[in-house]
Amino acid sequence: MSPPWETIIGLETHVQLRTKSKMFCGCSTAFGAPPNTQVCPVCLGLPGALPAANGAAIGLAVRGALALGCTVHPKSVFARKNYFYPDLPKGYQISQFDQPLATDGTLSFLSSERGVVNAGVVRLHIEEDAGKSIHDRFPKATAVDLNRSGVPLIEIVGGPDLRSPAEARAYLQTLKQLLEYIGISDCDMEKGSLRVDANVSVRRTGETALNTRTEVKNINSFAFVEKALTVERDRQVALIESGGAVTQQTMLYDSKENSVRPQRSKEESHDYRYFPDPDLPPLVLTPEFVAEQQSELPELPGAKRDRFVASYGLSREHATVVTATRAVADYFETVAKTSAEHQAAANWVMTEALADAKDHNDQLRVSPAALSQIIGLVKGGTLSHQAAKRVFAEVAAKGGDPRSVAESLGVIQVADTNVVAGWVTDVLGAHAPEVGRYKNGETKLMSFFVGQVMRASKGKADPKLAQRVLEEKLAS
Amino acid sequence: MTTVAEAVATARATVERLTKVKRLHGLLTPTTELRKSLLQQAQAAHPSGVLYGMPVVVKDNICTLDFTTTCGSKVLEGWRAPYDATAVARLRAAGALIAGKSNCDEFAMGSSTEHSAYGRVLHPLDKTRVPGGSSGGSAALVGAGAVPAALGSETGGSVRQPAAFCGVVGIKPTYGRVSRYGLVAFGSSLDQIGVFGRSVHDAARVLSVISGRDPRDATCEDRDPLRLPTVPESLQGFVIGLPKEYFPAELDPAVRRACDRAIRMMRELGAAVREVSLPHTPYAVPTYYVIAPAEASSNLARYDGVRYGPRFNGATDLRSLYRSTRGQGFGPEVRRRILVGTYVLSSGYYDAYYRRAQQMRALIAQDFRNVFDRGVDLLFTPTVPSPAFKAGEKLADPIAMYMSDIFTVTANLAGLPAISLPIGRVKGLPIGGQLIGQAFLEDEMIEAAYALERVVPATDEA
Repeated sequence: MSPPWETIIGLETHVQLRTKSKMFCGCSTAFGAPPNTQVCPVCLGLPGALPAANGAAIGLAVRGALALGCTVHPKSVFARKNYFYPDLPKGYQISQFDQPLATDGTLSFLSSERGVVNAGVVRLHIEEDAGKSIHDRFPKATAVDLNRSGVPLIEIVGGPDLRSPAEARAYLQTLKQLLEYIGISDCDMEKGSLRVDANVSVRRTGETALNTRTEVKNINSFAFVEKALTVERDRQVALIESGGAVTQQTMLYDSKENSVRPQRSKEESHDYRYFPDPDLPPLVLTPEFVAEQQSELPELPGAKRDRFVASYGLSREHATVVTATRAVADYFETVAKTSAEHQAAANWVMTEALADAKDHNDQLRVSPAALSQIIGLVKGGTLSHQAAKRVFAEVAAKGGDPRSVAESLGVIQVADTNVVAGWVTDVLGAHAPEVGRYKNGETKLMSFFVGQVMRASKGKADPKLAQRVLEEKLAS
Repeated sequence: MTTVAEAVATARATVERLTKVKRLHGLLTPTTELRKSLLQQAQAAHPSGVLYGMPVVVKDNICTLDFTTTCGSKVLEGWRAPYDATAVARLRAAGALIAGKSNCDEFAMGSSTEHSAYGRVLHPLDKTRVPGGSSGGSAALVGAGAVPAALGSETGGSVRQPAAFCGVVGIKPTYGRVSRYGLVAFGSSLDQIGVFGRSVHDAARVLSVISGRDPRDATCEDRDPLRLPTVPESLQGFVIGLPKEYFPAELDPAVRRACDRAIRMMRELGAAVREVSLPHTPYAVPTYYVIAPAEASSNLARYDGVRYGPRFNGATDLRSLYRSTRGQGFGPEVRRRILVGTYVLSSGYYDAYYRRAQQMRALIAQDFRNVFDRGVDLLFTPTVPSPAFKAGEKLADPIAMYMSDIFTVTANLAGLPAISLPIGRVKGLPIGGQLIGQAFLEDEMIEAAYALERVVPATDEA
């Protein structure tokens, strides 16, 4: 039996474009500068100042639209969204309204409930960011920092195609991955370079019409996406089940309380009085410009994953892990190409390399060539897997050539039968009772003996060779 | 003029002349500040500039590093721009001296300079009359002979109308000819910086200096600065159109006589003159009074008291800050236009007003193209239907005030260049004639104006 309620979610995502300068002036976009130090007459909205569009930002926005499979319109129009707020210095935000940059795209993501979902992208448009109001810095006063004012954003409006809070999270993760891949944004929610608002409604399973929705705002960390939407869904379901009705309003998520509260109605119900910005001519894109942006797009994560499955024989799950970011995918591919041990390369990347990177600022500290060599040393029997891990850690920390590192660590496997036989004799002599039990048919003790040989050799014995010698000796 | 000594002498003489006409209230800059600044500028100006030592008054809605920029409004009282408008920077680079800031209607909204928060400007020839507006201060000071040239700004005739009233030359260039960077916005799709001059040549050479591409204004055309034409021997080859809608039966008879005389002289100079029609002219003023206030309502949203300008009484929280700043900082005409503009952009009214006005604007522009496409080079019209009116005469009747722009708003709506020059007087008051040119063909327009200026008895009764 299917659950009685279905959740309908559509996400509106604001993404800061990775440009050096702002959308309509030359000020820096660098994060974390002292308040109001990256400002000029234009982004301060001083009398007489005028905007001039940043071509680099437009290029990145077009790349985003193309990566999402949108139709990029040859002509789009900047429009003014008028409202009063202290951190909005002109009293309007330059955005796009009825003629956006791009429309009709798709984002495919993997839903744990429904498999691959093709979620619609209704529109993608360019706009400028507002400044920041800081309410907790000065007692009884609000401070305004306009460093962020005029920073270029794209807004990606997703269709009502998500069916659970978990899907919303998966969609957002896939979107983030895509945008990072194509290099148009840092997508750092904590720094505000990726922000998401969600439209949420619920309906009884089987219903097809959309019910009244609410907009959930203030979801300011990745970790809160699923939580906030679950809270809002549960609130709506409880409301309807108790005979109430959902009213169209904006809900603010409070991550400390894990709750939502309605925004005061005074803060909303704006008539934004959109109209074309007379300071900016329509944005006309030539086919050549769009083609140039297309050519700047790298292989997208989905295509790369499919290719890794096909070319390197990885499972879909492994391919998904090693294509999580472009850097890791490129790293894997370099290792895979040089070592010819594709699965081993994937295993090393997924375990040791990613674990080390996680602890070191996402830096992949062992070069692909070095990892490739380590894999070769394991394959050729020079290093045990355990020893190889030590070598990897040492190379990661101090650098160096893996073979020399292995030598100086003294972990090169001993493949000399006479030497190994010496260790085997010692081990068997020291464990007479186990030898007896083995000879009585308890053959699973073999791994115990191998372990003991490895221990006696301080990890240097080639375990395969050790087993062979053990088998010979125990058979006699 | 080629030496610093000469420039300094000019600076001193300019301060003297401007002090002498103080009673006109055309200049907002205090004399002591002006003297100090002008002498400094004269010392520093680069002698190789084409306007070296030329004093130019700048309308108070154009940003300058020297002096305050208040737009004739209390809401910007005491505000100093941290930058020069592009036009001002180009004047400086050409060696010109910025001779203070001129009084104007608040945010350039008005046709009489009676809507300045700092008091009205007097007509240089009759103190009971208005100098026109909104650039009335610039017009009056050039008309009084205090400076050879001044910058003004146009949204619907704010240079040409006061030029006509004060008996000077006023040019409104093609939209996109001069950068608007640093011109405080009123109606952005209509606004252009314009120039006043004692003569066509004075106005034209200032225009030439301030014109040309500017990457900081996306609506400024990517073109070289305007090249000045030479003074022609005749108007041979020119086809001048007389749009019949601009010569209505109720036109002031003296204005008609002055125009007829000018037309006769252009014929005598060899021009072919023919009547033409611009059928959508009657809709121009209503169209203008939808589009300009709509843009103004948005452009003036930034005056919220948060970042600059004075704090007014009663600001205790955000809403009361907004209320007191905008309620006390703006005068009645500005508030009226913000209300109208907010209304016409509101959801549910946008299509009925703003969209229709834009459609009408396109038809008005098409009228001009149709006429120019049929071989007409320039249009000649009266600049204003009457000479300067009495102070207070139209203050209580905004519509009557708006109608004084009836012959000028069309060039703004269509983005075309136009020039007003004195063509005679009636009872001692100047009358202006207007030439409207084709987009970016200011040189042809100025050529014809040179020719007409040479022959027309500008100070004779018509």
